[in-house]
Amino acid sequence: MGKYIPATPEERQGMLEAIGLTSTEQLYDVVPASVRVQELHLPSGLSELEVSQKVSALAEANETFRSIFLGAGAYHHYIPAIVKSITSKEEFLTAYTPYQAEISQGVLQSIFEYQTQMCELTGMDVSNASVYDGATAAAEAVLMCQERKRKSVIVSGAADPQVITVIRTYCESRDVPVTVVPAEGCATDPAAIRALLTKETAAVYVQNPNYYGVIEDVAAITNAAHEAGAKMIVGVNPISLGILKTPGEYGADIAVGEGQPLGLPLSFGGPYLGFMTCKSAMMRKLPGRIVGQTTDHQGRRAFVLTLQAREQHIRREKASSNICSNEALCAMTASVYLAAMGPKGLRQVAESSLSHAHYLAAELGKRGFTLRSGDKPFFHEFLTDCPVDPVVLNAKLAEKGILGGLPVDGGILWCCTELNSKAEIDRLVSIVEEVCAQ
Amino acid sequence: MKLLFERSCPGRGSDLLPPCDVPVTQLPADLCRESAPQLPEISEVDLSRHYTELAKQTHGVNDGFYPLGSCTMKYNPRIDEEMAALPGFTNLHPLQSLDTVQGALEVLHTAEQYLCEITGMHAMTFQPAAGAHGEYTGLLLIRKYHQSRGDAARTKILVPDSAHGTNPASATMAGFTVVHVPSNAQGGVDLDALREVAGPDTAGLMLTNPNTVGLFDPNILEITQIVHDAGGLCYYDGANLNAVMGHVRPGDMGFDCVHINLHKTFATPHGGGGPGSGPVGCKAFLADFLPAPRVVEKDGVYALETPAHTMGQVRSFYGNFLVVVKALTYILTLGKEGIPEASAGAVLNANYLMKKLADRYTMSYNTLCMHEFVMSLEPQSHAIGVTAMDIAKRLLDFGIHPPTMYFPLIVHEALMVEPTETESRETLDEAAEIFLKILDEAEKDPEGLHAAPHNTAIGRPDEVAAARNPILRYTAP
Repeated sequence: MGKYIPATPEERQGMLEAIGLTSTEQLYDVVPASVRVQELHLPSGLSELEVSQKVSALAEANETFRSIFLGAGAYHHYIPAIVKSITSKEEFLTAYTPYQAEISQGVLQSIFEYQTQMCELTGMDVSNASVYDGATAAAEAVLMCQERKRKSVIVSGAADPQVITVIRTYCESRDVPVTVVPAEGCATDPAAIRALLTKETAAVYVQNPNYYGVIEDVAAITNAAHEAGAKMIVGVNPISLGILKTPGEYGADIAVGEGQPLGLPLSFGGPYLGFMTCKSAMMRKLPGRIVGQTTDHQGRRAFVLTLQAREQHIRREKASSNICSNEALCAMTASVYLAAMGPKGLRQVAESSLSHAHYLAAELGKRGFTLRSGDKPFFHEFLTDCPVDPVVLNAKLAEKGILGGLPVDGGILWCCTELNSKAEIDRLVSIVEEVCAQ
Repeated sequence: MKLLFERSCPGRGSDLLPPCDVPVTQLPADLCRESAPQLPEISEVDLSRHYTELAKQTHGVNDGFYPLGSCTMKYNPRIDEEMAALPGFTNLHPLQSLDTVQGALEVLHTAEQYLCEITGMHAMTFQPAAGAHGEYTGLLLIRKYHQSRGDAARTKILVPDSAHGTNPASATMAGFTVVHVPSNAQGGVDLDALREVAGPDTAGLMLTNPNTVGLFDPNILEITQIVHDAGGLCYYDGANLNAVMGHVRPGDMGFDCVHINLHKTFATPHGGGGPGSGPVGCKAFLADFLPAPRVVEKDGVYALETPAHTMGQVRSFYGNFLVVVKALTYILTLGKEGIPEASAGAVLNANYLMKKLADRYTMSYNTLCMHEFVMSLEPQSHAIGVTAMDIAKRLLDFGIHPPTMYFPLIVHEALMVEPTETESRETLDEAAEIFLKILDEAEKDPEGLHAAPHNTAIGRPDEVAAARNPILRYTAP
């Protein structure tokens, strides 16, 4: 029996003798006796069958929903079969960061392709190979904008609250002042941002579509930021860019976002994918791995990790970021997803999500669930009033196998994707009607 | 080989979605992008073959020996993958009501208990998504602790000169100034130098033990004592935990907080550079500063709690949850017997391979090592002009992933070798023969070695050109 150790006890004894020892214990003679562990207080090891049963029972102790109307930072989209099939290939799964380019062209090329797709999607010039998630991407973007005399950041209060919290954490330790502009009617007021901009403002962060699904007046905010000499960072939902104007088109300096909607399952919050793209001018401030194209000595096209002078293993305490491992396999997942979908498929996902959300909003509107964002344009999420207690409503929906929207400020933040068919929406609405009538 | 974009042909693709079944919403034109993104249009068969070809040009643990020092490239068990792919985990929305995610919370809670036992800590967060992210989180714990005591003078983090680059980079991100501590002749921390720099401005020490030259620092109890006496805290970089699990615990060595790389020590795959997971454990007195939320259990029911003086969040939700599922599966499989056995196996394999190479390769330290050892090609470099890089590149021709090159910085022409416990004696014997054969080649024909590798998809790439004229995306001709 072995726990992934091929050497038998006899082989181990032989190897010990080969290095001049008689027992395994001697390998640890250097450890002070007073702190040597006698026995770990853990259960004994189990067979694969037993482990499988035990962990499966944990999975089954969760309730999963076929019909999901909850978004708020994690989105339920269809994942084409080819995506999982490709990303579970053992070569991709078990490789390390591609330091040795000669035997890592596969991973390196896939990252180069991912970088290209993210630039296309966001309309920007340069992409890195990924960071941990959308929230850390936003925080890293804020740190990218630090200049000697410009430190502070203005953050839209209509952004995802978790993103704002992570930005605050990253900024606090670097003494970067953060001002959050409260949302007005589920949106950011460009005038409120303009009023706060000073000569010390390094950057403005706005999410579009924002946490409430509203499509912001990003062009006005970008202009205001630039007029004051500050950088514009925009957090985007990558699916929305199948339709919406790109950060490049309205002149943002950095685009970041949560890449999970691009083929990654909900997975209770992770692994997810933080993407970051920027204008060429900021290329050398971008954190994380970046893959570049070059040639080998025979002139053949080759891909390598490049611009490493930014990174921790070269610059140490002067590095642009401490990031080492990123989310490479998640980036490959997004890349395969985008290739499988193609430009038409991506547009279809965006259009279906948008249209389902608008259909649901209209149906709910007829039943007293008034839009809190008024007539502002929205993408695939929207916040409504809730004539009954949202927690009670969600409990009733759960009984019918439906995961309702997120209770927010006494209302509900709803989300639709291409997976919420008309029949599913109609069923939701009829149950909502029943609950409200009770 | 061709890029995805070079395989694209307008009009190709797959019917993946039904037509929209509600009236299509039209947004005002000024909100919409002017043209579609130039994504490849590709048939499913071409897409499938494209990645099969890319996979053939990727060396993973499953393709062969991978003794990449400091990265712990052990075998990634298949059952761990199968468990993490269970729909009861993958289809869970992170914001579902807590009564519907009790199994997932139990995963986090149980993994916390087990990993705290292994590291000698009292509380843990899974929010950090990688080792460096864990370092950052641990340093914020230290920062919050000193702040809570009104001790604003503690602005310096002590880092040995043998440390990973992430240590000083993380310290800077956490708002500290880095003070380097020199190593002694045995590769450990120079105690006198440490005493000299430890003082009222010391926030803490970051230490990897065993360190990056693969040696356990026998003075560890004195080291942590010196830092504590000066009023600082001790941070354990868990990068090399695979050497000592079940034999000695960071908590017992005097460390106050620790990060673990689940993607090294706990056998979860590296994915070509992530997703990893870098949970951070701490002693009870630091638990109130941990990121929010934390999983708590009462009478068999799991809930989420915000620690009293939380640092906030370092990532969204609960970190890389599926990676934690894999690590928990691994711990359940190994158990209290298998965990120390894995570490002992890693140390045995490293010493066995070192012994086989020691007659011909110069070992940096002439003593038993832990889970890895560092050789120096400095003698060959001076005598025949063959470098660590040349040896590494020639190894590629034999299907072996080279050791870590030119690290740690305190050893010149370094090759850092970490075989891990999951390699058999035959694999180590064969690898040793290849290492020795390459040295023979180097002595006979040093020039020939500069041209290696010969059998790989590409030869040595021009990295200087890549950085000088960056081409970072495909552009259609």
